[in-house]
Amino acid sequence: MSEHEQRTPVQLSTVSADDPHLQPAARRPELVERVIALTFFFGVVLLVGFGACYWVNAAPWTLGATLGGGSTLLGIGLIAWGKYLMPRGPFVEERHEAASTTEERSAFAAAIVERGGGVIKRRKFLGGLLGAGMGIFGVVSAFPLVRSLGPLPKGTLFHTDWAKGTYLVDITGRRVHQDDLAVGSIVTVYPEGLQDSDNGQAVDQTVLIRLSNEDFVTQKGRETWGPQGYVAYSKLCTHLGCPVGLYEQELQLLVCPCHQSMFDVTNGAIPNFGPAPRPLPQLPLMFDASGYLQSQSDFNQPVGPGFWERS
Amino acid sequence: MSQTVTTKRSQRESAGPYGKIGHTLNELDDRLGVAKGGRTFLDKIFPDHWSFMLGEIALYSFVVLLATGIFLTLYYIPSQDLTTYTGSYLPLYGQKVTEAYASSVNLSFAVRGGLLMRQMHHWACDIFVGAIVLHMGRVFFTGAFRKPRELNWTIGTTLLILAIVNGFLGYSLPDDLVSGTGIRIAYSIILSIPLVGSYVAFFLFGGNFPGTAIIPRFFILHVLIIPLVILGLVGAHMALLVKQKHTQFPGKGKTEKNVVGSPMYPVFMAKTQGFMFVVTGAIALLGAFAQINPIWQFGPYTASRISYAVQPDWYMGFLDGALRIFPAWSFHNFGYTIPLEVTIPAVIFPGILFNLIMAWPGIERKFTKDDAMHNLLDRPSNRPKRTAAGVSVAVLCSMLFIASSTDVMANFFHVSLNTVLWAMRVLCLVTPFLAYPITYKICREMQGVEGAGKRKTTNVVTRTAEGEYLATPAPVYVDDQVHEHEADAVPVPTFVAEAAEDEAQGPSGVRRVER
Repeated sequence: MSEHEQRTPVQLSTVSADDPHLQPAARRPELVERVIALTFFFGVVLLVGFGACYWVNAAPWTLGATLGGGSTLLGIGLIAWGKYLMPRGPFVEERHEAASTTEERSAFAAAIVERGGGVIKRRKFLGGLLGAGMGIFGVVSAFPLVRSLGPLPKGTLFHTDWAKGTYLVDITGRRVHQDDLAVGSIVTVYPEGLQDSDNGQAVDQTVLIRLSNEDFVTQKGRETWGPQGYVAYSKLCTHLGCPVGLYEQELQLLVCPCHQSMFDVTNGAIPNFGPAPRPLPQLPLMFDASGYLQSQSDFNQPVGPGFWERS
Repeated sequence: MSQTVTTKRSQRESAGPYGKIGHTLNELDDRLGVAKGGRTFLDKIFPDHWSFMLGEIALYSFVVLLATGIFLTLYYIPSQDLTTYTGSYLPLYGQKVTEAYASSVNLSFAVRGGLLMRQMHHWACDIFVGAIVLHMGRVFFTGAFRKPRELNWTIGTTLLILAIVNGFLGYSLPDDLVSGTGIRIAYSIILSIPLVGSYVAFFLFGGNFPGTAIIPRFFILHVLIIPLVILGLVGAHMALLVKQKHTQFPGKGKTEKNVVGSPMYPVFMAKTQGFMFVVTGAIALLGAFAQINPIWQFGPYTASRISYAVQPDWYMGFLDGALRIFPAWSFHNFGYTIPLEVTIPAVIFPGILFNLIMAWPGIERKFTKDDAMHNLLDRPSNRPKRTAAGVSVAVLCSMLFIASSTDVMANFFHVSLNTVLWAMRVLCLVTPFLAYPITYKICREMQGVEGAGKRKTTNVVTRTAEGEYLATPAPVYVDDQVHEHEADAVPVPTFVAEAAEDEAQGPSGVRRVER
């Protein structure tokens, strides 16, 4: 049974200097003192080492090792000092009830209700005006905080920069020719001129896959969309807008690395696994006279994740 | 009369028994009256229990966050303007990257101590949020949130939310490939809020994703606005703690009306100061030896590129997991869309979770009808329902956290992604409901076990003069003679008690309300 458990807690202010509560907790204080001295000494050495490492611009890990080691040793020493060599207690302190007396409470409530409330009650009209004024002030002062922040969405989320006759270019800005891709190849394309822009990168990004050497129909009603086996889908996942960056060639799947939605490339990019709720929108393609790929129009529906206004 | 000679000794004597310090204190007290309150403060008693240290970890990792964060702001450039990287990291040399990314890489490689500071900052953040969660668990399971401390529970929960939000903002600032994808997901989550989603997203980001405003806006939120709010709330948290005094576990001499432990000065001050050094030291060692968020390997953010098998910081894991395993249920009707596959796991679920946590003290009071002041803590096993509810929620969050690595698990265990997905779905739905009765049962068993929650007493073996050995149990610990593990009597609502008095002979009597 350790001594600590036997001692009764006392009030700090009432103990005399020779009270056992003020004695250190350690059974052999000299030994503890020596151990603490050692930790302090090595702690200081390491901290000096930190300064030296910084001074000579040593490798980052030496900075962390010296700072971390020194700080930890200093801390351990200090904790041990507090735990073993300082007054062992235990001490007790009374709690004071936070609650006021009943009279104080009613006086306080009376001051609020009668003094202030009475004044307002007598001038109901003024009180109403003041209330309305403060309310309107609150609403109006929120305007600059909110409305200045950005434009209204309007139709932005419904359209991309793809339009009739837009050339497909790769990240370097080179137009894609009908002979460029072998069957089974994939490339990320952008509307010509926008490959370096924020909107081109974030909204218009499209994957172009060559599925065969002949015209490819991914769904009914899209008979002309895949000339010579070239099909294009929005690269924005319909779940949360991550780029659908993985192409599983054997299974003909586009896979989103974020949450593993999978889209069937041969069947209108219908999702067949994962949390994505809708197919990737398809971009109708055509060739110009010299065989370069163009879009027939914008995507057949809004790209990317769902939002309220989307029908 | 002889002339007074000013000697060192006379100077000392005239200064009083406490010398220069005493003199300074007198001067201060003349003007501010610090003596009385100061003495009370130095005498303030702190209970000794290891679990009280968890909040200190949070506090000191926040101090480290502030210190290392100030360092980082001196070198970080909050701009999305493009620049050509010409620093010392060769694989990136000559690439067009944003100022934010270039400056983050530069402060890691070109600024002396920069890499250490960045890694310490990131580690400190992970530890900060972790310590808050553990501290919250301590407060929850021991019932420290009960009256009169409900307000401090609310402040603490707000701090947790702010810590998570600010952690996410800070994680986004380097504008690397991984964090950029995180912002993209955050944008889509905001977009999924019915009715106002697109407006909120456009206002927050200054337009459609990515816009040019996010990095400067996230920067000012991350380094000024949210830290100021956190600082203010931490101040309020501690002020309430000093005003209301600590809770304590029951034990010898400990009552609802006192606090037993060590005084603020010098014992607690030495221990807590030492602990601050240890926390700082541990974070520095992690920063030195455990690489975290190597943004130069991820590369700069490009909206059409993506990395594979990356997870967000741990405190975002439960949301990511929820997004992964929630089925693709989108609501399309009446010309409008509610992307339930996003709204439910990433907006409604965390909304319910944090509101439930905030409201818990009120909910519990409603069920137990316990309106008394509580300064003594509960043993978790004595409050089986609360403990079981807490464990149940913790299990759900842990399962969701695990679900955030479905792809990694599928690869690691060589099973199909589909198997992992369905396994996690089933686990998330089933385990919380299993955890509740199991925890409840364990708690009840612990209550029934003689001496549960008490220390074992030893046997004292003695040999008699005749050579006979006798084993006698040592006396129990003084502390343990107090029946500390027994639940407080639950206050019976007055109307029930009155009704019981009225029909004292009645067959039913007063039913003991269980907590």
